[in-house]
Amino acid sequence: MTAVDVSSVPRRTTKADAPQKLRKQGKRRFGADAAAIVIALIVAFPLFWMVLSALKPKTALDAGDAAPYTLEPSLDSFGRVLGVNNFGQYFLNSVIVALVVVVLSTVLAFLAAVALTRYNFKMRTKLLIIILVSQMVPVEALTIPLFFLLRNAGEAIPLVGLNQLGSLVLVHVGFSIPFAIWMLRGFVAAVPLEVEEAARLDGASSFRFVRSILFPLVAPGVVACSVFSFISTWNDFLFAKTFIISAQESQTLPIALLTFFKPDQNDWGAIMAGSVIMTIPVLIFFVSVQRKLVSGLAGAVKG
Amino acid sequence: MTALTPVLPEAPQGGTPGKGSTTAGRTSRRFSNGKRGLEPWLYLAPAFIVLIALLGYPIFQLINVSLYDYRQAQVSGKAPLNFVGLENYQKLFADPQFWTVLGNTVVFATACVVFTLLVGSSLAVLATRLRPWVRSLLFVVSLGAWATPAVTGSAVWLFLFEPTLGLVNKTLVAIGLTQFEGYSWTYDKWSAFGLVASEVVWCSFPFVLVTVYAGIQAIPTEVIEAARIDGASMPRIARSIMLPMLRPIVIVVTIQSIIWNFKIFSQIYIMTNGGGIAGQNLVLNVYGYQQAFAASLYGLGSALGVIMTALLMVITLVYLRILKRTGEAL
Repeated sequence: MTAVDVSSVPRRTTKADAPQKLRKQGKRRFGADAAAIVIALIVAFPLFWMVLSALKPKTALDAGDAAPYTLEPSLDSFGRVLGVNNFGQYFLNSVIVALVVVVLSTVLAFLAAVALTRYNFKMRTKLLIIILVSQMVPVEALTIPLFFLLRNAGEAIPLVGLNQLGSLVLVHVGFSIPFAIWMLRGFVAAVPLEVEEAARLDGASSFRFVRSILFPLVAPGVVACSVFSFISTWNDFLFAKTFIISAQESQTLPIALLTFFKPDQNDWGAIMAGSVIMTIPVLIFFVSVQRKLVSGLAGAVKG
Repeated sequence: MTALTPVLPEAPQGGTPGKGSTTAGRTSRRFSNGKRGLEPWLYLAPAFIVLIALLGYPIFQLINVSLYDYRQAQVSGKAPLNFVGLENYQKLFADPQFWTVLGNTVVFATACVVFTLLVGSSLAVLATRLRPWVRSLLFVVSLGAWATPAVTGSAVWLFLFEPTLGLVNKTLVAIGLTQFEGYSWTYDKWSAFGLVASEVVWCSFPFVLVTVYAGIQAIPTEVIEAARIDGASMPRIARSIMLPMLRPIVIVVTIQSIIWNFKIFSQIYIMTNGGGIAGQNLVLNVYGYQQAFAASLYGLGSALGVIMTALLMVITLVYLRILKRTGEAL
């Protein structure tokens, strides 16, 4: 794939005379477009195949039907997935955990971003470096101490102990905050000082300004950034696997999906249908915030 | 990095247009409320309490546990804790498997980084030459790949590369490569790593594409025009103007990719079923997890976690160095 797109990048010639150059560019541009379309098809193919396989009847899948279409689409696979004990419960659990994490981590990160961008205080740069560094801690390595921490915490506050959704919420909030702060900084800093000064002149307290003026102004960016907390929580499979040991009713979607993997006879139709169900919410979220996301990323990269 | 501000179209513009001194004024008056004592700390407190509890303390505990002989018996409190100092580390360094796993991690992560960057940035360059609808198509499709959860991405990959039912083998056999009849992609160590890497590249190149594309768009056209008027050729412009201006972005994207790819867990765990046949596809992350939760060697697993963290910290420090040298203001 790399070979294709490297070679397909047209190089503009400079010495050609105008009409010839124009024609050449048109041709090359067409070549670039064609290459891009081919690449887009390749990139989209796995997703297409996922949806298609979810709709194919089980008999066709078991026979290894390789046709890129299906004449008899069926929702049987979805039926099998939803028919599994508690699948609705798993879905609901995933939604609850993701939403709570998004709200909590975004609010906390927003407040921290306000402090780090709109105030100048001694430790500011140091704190920013700490946040940058904490973004890079391999969270997977922390499963061990977190496991013990949550086990002990659960004895004091049952809600956040092992086997509870609260434990997942807690760890994901912790891990989402650094990157969220990093991304929100750009948005918060972009609100001009004059707005703040005007608010102060009108007698607004600092918190009033943050809540009633700053937050609404940066809300779109905040929503875009929250997609990252959402995705990392929604996709998480390690913590769900580690912390939800015995309580089936607290299990989340990724683990439920893995139950369809069986040593010899994988039910591919069900796996693909489950994958579709799991991918759709993320896709919707992503596509709806993508414009803001791009600017947010650029802001985060701005450093 | 002022170059990037144009890609923030939605962000409210700083300063009122027309005031002659806005740019100069803004840099010196970045903060209006410099001396408000406790106020920033009130805003910081909630986030930092959470960070200390869920990142700081666990890191401390990770180091702590790595110094003990910590097994199932100690977890359930049936045996006394046994401080062993650096013994877990000595054990690891003497174990050839550790070095193999470390090697795997470096090779696998490097391959993922290189291919992600190559694919992402060449597509970003390509995207600047496209008709708008083709570009939108490319971006939407890439966002789709980006949004796909690791678990489902891995599932689809496993299905596509299934030995007998998978589309890839069927196609390869159909075009005459009969040796792929029933070929298992996860049986051989490097083909398994390649399989996982292809999934990783697929779902991580969009980040590079989007950021580098935004960077290219942010280069002011005047600069390029000026160079062209001065008679610079297109390759020359690319080398002497665009690349230097894109350098900070390329560095950030590279470091981000390195960090993400060193930490890959789900894809390896799912696609190679927990680390491959006889652990041939283990990377540090998965290895540490297996040592702790499958073999109940929590001390050893923690030592692996510490090594992993240290590795990433070194990369981070290099990152900060580079940021400083390019004159980034935090």
